[in-house]
Amino acid sequence: MSLLELQNVHSFYGHIHALKGISLRVEEGEVVTLIGGNGAGKSTTLRTISGLVHAREGKILLNGQDITNLPPHEIVSIGVGHVPEGRGIFPRLTVRENLEMGAYTLSNPAEVERRMEAVFELFPRLKERISQKGGTLSGGEQQMLATGRGLMLRPKILLMDEPSMGLAPVLVELIFGVIRNLNQQDGTTILLVEQNALMALKYANRAYVLETGKIVLSGSSQEIAQNPEVKKAYLGG
Amino acid sequence: MRRVFNSQTIREILRPLGQIVVFVTASGVVLSLLILLLALLLRGSAADQATIERNGMDIFTYTLVNLPQVLIDGVTIGFVYAAIALGYTMVYGVLEFINFAHSEIFAIGAFVGVEALIFLESAGMLSGASNLSAYLWLILAILLGMIAAGSVAILVEMSAYRPLRHAPRLVPLISAIGVSFFLQDAIRLIESLTTGQFHRIIPTFGNFDERFSLASIPYLGTNINLDIQVKSVWVIFAAILMLVGLNYLVNATKLGKAIRSVAQDQATASLMGINVNRIISLTFLIGGALGGAAGVLYALKFTRIDPFVGFFPGIKAFTAAVLGGIGNITGALLGGIVLGMLETFAGSYLNVFTVGAFGAEYKDILAFGILILVLIFRPSGLLGEQVGQKA
Repeated sequence: MSLLELQNVHSFYGHIHALKGISLRVEEGEVVTLIGGNGAGKSTTLRTISGLVHAREGKILLNGQDITNLPPHEIVSIGVGHVPEGRGIFPRLTVRENLEMGAYTLSNPAEVERRMEAVFELFPRLKERISQKGGTLSGGEQQMLATGRGLMLRPKILLMDEPSMGLAPVLVELIFGVIRNLNQQDGTTILLVEQNALMALKYANRAYVLETGKIVLSGSSQEIAQNPEVKKAYLGG
Repeated sequence: MRRVFNSQTIREILRPLGQIVVFVTASGVVLSLLILLLALLLRGSAADQATIERNGMDIFTYTLVNLPQVLIDGVTIGFVYAAIALGYTMVYGVLEFINFAHSEIFAIGAFVGVEALIFLESAGMLSGASNLSAYLWLILAILLGMIAAGSVAILVEMSAYRPLRHAPRLVPLISAIGVSFFLQDAIRLIESLTTGQFHRIIPTFGNFDERFSLASIPYLGTNINLDIQVKSVWVIFAAILMLVGLNYLVNATKLGKAIRSVAQDQATASLMGINVNRIISLTFLIGGALGGAAGVLYALKFTRIDPFVGFFPGIKAFTAAVLGGIGNITGALLGGIVLGMLETFAGSYLNVFTVGAFGAEYKDILAFGILILVLIFRPSGLLGEQVGQKA
């Protein structure tokens, strides 16, 4: 049984048919990436898994359990973390408060503190900024905060939407390094959406290529990276 | 950990208290100096002559002698406005929507509190009650008003606003106005079926109508009396308690952080595991309960209520919220105090200063004139820039 499985999922943004029958699976311990151009439906796929977008047809299974169209807060509490596109930092909450919100469903304050310390080990910079408002952080720090916040509940699977967006190359390396560590040391399964296909394919085990709401290609990262069409469209030749 | 928590608790209680002291003192001093300056300038004018004829003192002395009472009344009504304004501002902070039915939520609180007291009186519990038991009955009436108003606020949100959450902004606004009329008529219906009277008067009990004398200062042969009604002390005390309590709740508790998260980004808040609908319901509950308590306090202060009692205080509290910067809790406090003061100054002095050309009834025009001026020149309100303190 796959950790996460989508079966023929359709969803709409207003009247736009954004996902036209997406089927994919993510096994436990994998890093899987969704690549594709703007408007291909990558973010919508993640948002549909999280319950932010309604799935009009199809099924979403987590460990075999049907989670299709559950409210987002319930999907989170059964183990799906989501670091949204644009990071979704609460700009007028401090770094500490943002992290506390990441652990909202945990009721033991001591455990929240422990997990916050674990996030600070991963991103020492956040500890220096602990009482600063989220909106005053740099883009890289915000991405660290969003990632750290997504880890506070120790999700079974972490959905990451464009973690490299707007970041300097050195920060992109840092964030992807953390993703690799999370996966290899903590065994966190990751479903990654990226514009930066080159980076994503370097770090992922498997990849799906999306075009206008459909999966047009799938396979191991190496295979996808070698595919001439993919090379031409997403990898700059 | 324990110590950090305690110091934060203390800070979150002291900060709003400090703000209250600053706002009351600043607006009181500024308005007093302005009015005294104006009185000085009017010396020897027709207004001065009229004052001497009628009150036997010149206009400056008259202004000065009445000033302490005007300040005390201004602060009292200011706190009532601030307490109502909290309901507008909390809902706006979370949903960016003006809950025009809040004035009727306030009226429901007033009616439930007053009916409870009338019931207690007819049961013989109030006459001859000691001061202490009178206070306890008042607290009971306030709690009942809060429960009723808070519950109605939740029901209104679930039935009239939630289905329209994703509709264009104007739609829930119109729904709110509809709910406002509906609740007004519901109060009328219930009152006509049960008591047959629309005008209800809060029973006289306890020592609420007595006056404390704070001081009496001799000045040029007259006395400047500083006294305050017991019920005004109650109104001010209860309003301060609500303001400080709400401030603590929003800034220092987990629920408060969740409310602020939902206010800033609903979708991301839901990804944190926050049940957004529940937080919105709680926001309406808190805002409604505060409005209901304000309703009972208003009835205590002004004694008579009718089904339309919510309209003027409601729209003035809305003005106060806009004046302070809507969505901002500190702004609601500042706006309420400033508006209450201005209005009381106008109500007390306009008649004398204009030789009767404008009477005290023009104070409402002043309040709404301020609303228009703020909307034109500073739509974000006095504290509008500090959106950081948004609910």
